[in-house]
Amino acid sequence: MNIAILMFFVCALLAVAGAVVLILAQEPIHSALALVLVMMALAVLYLLLGAPFIAAVQVIVYAGAVMVLFVFVIMLLNAGVEERTDFSKIAKFAGVPLGFLLLLEIAHWLAHSPIGTAIANGVGSSNEAADTANLSEMLFRQYLFPFEATSILILIAILGALVLARKEPS
Amino acid sequence: MSAVPISYYLVLSAILFGLGVVAFVFKRNIITMFMSIELMLNAVNLAFVAFARAHNSLDGLVFVFFVIVVAAAESAVGLAIVIMLAQNRQSLNVERINLLKL
Repeated sequence: MNIAILMFFVCALLAVAGAVVLILAQEPIHSALALVLVMMALAVLYLLLGAPFIAAVQVIVYAGAVMVLFVFVIMLLNAGVEERTDFSKIAKFAGVPLGFLLLLEIAHWLAHSPIGTAIANGVGSSNEAADTANLSEMLFRQYLFPFEATSILILIAILGALVLARKEPS
Repeated sequence: MSAVPISYYLVLSAILFGLGVVAFVFKRNIITMFMSIELMLNAVNLAFVAFARAHNSLDGLVFVFFVIVVAAAESAVGLAIVIMLAQNRQSLNVERINLLKL
C-alpha cells in the first residue's frame, strides 16, 4: 500500500465524515466545526496534489477567516438547536436512492473516463517550489487585471457588510 | 510522489458536492445553509486542483485562488444579511423569511 494512497483515503474519509456530520448535527456550531474538519482535510489533499500555495490559502482564508466569521455570527445570534424539516415520503423512498444512483453513475463514469485513467500516472512530477513561483508570476502578469478587480470586490464587500450590519438610526 | 489517480479526487469532489446539495436542501437554518454553500465551493475547488494537476497547467490553481477570494467576500456580505434578518425577524428559520412569497 502506497503512503500517498493511504493518506488520500484517510483525508477523504475525514472530509466525507465531516460533511455527513454537517448534515446531521442539530446545533449550528457543531456544523461549523465539522466544516472546519472538511476544510483541513481538503488542505491536506491539496498538499498531496502538489499545490502547497492553495493549501496554505485554504487553511488561512477558509478554515481561518471565513469559519471564524461563521462561528462569530453563530455566537452573536446565539443560534440554538434548529428545527428539523419533515422529510416527505417521496424524498425518503425515491429521492435518497435516486441520489445514490446518480452518485454511483458519476463515480463510475469518472473512474472509466479517459481523463480519470489516462493521466493518472503523470501526476506530481513537477517541482512544487517552482510551481508556486510560476503561480505568482501568472497572478501578477497574465491575471493582473482580475487580481486587481478582486481587491475592488473585497473593498465593496467590506462596505456592503458595514452598511448592512449597521443599526438603523431611527 | 503522488500515485493517487485523478479519478479518486474527482469522485471525492462529486461526493462532497452531493452532500453539500443534500445539506442545502435539508437544512432550515440560514447559517447552516450558508455553510453547505461553502462545502459545495470547496468540492468544486478540489475538482479544479485535480484537473489542473491532470493537465499540468497552473490556470486551475489561479482559478481556485479567485474562487476562494470571491467566497470570502460573499460570506462577509451574506453573514451581514443574516445578522440583519435575525434582528428583524427574531428567527433563523428560512421558512419564516417569506415576505417576498405570494
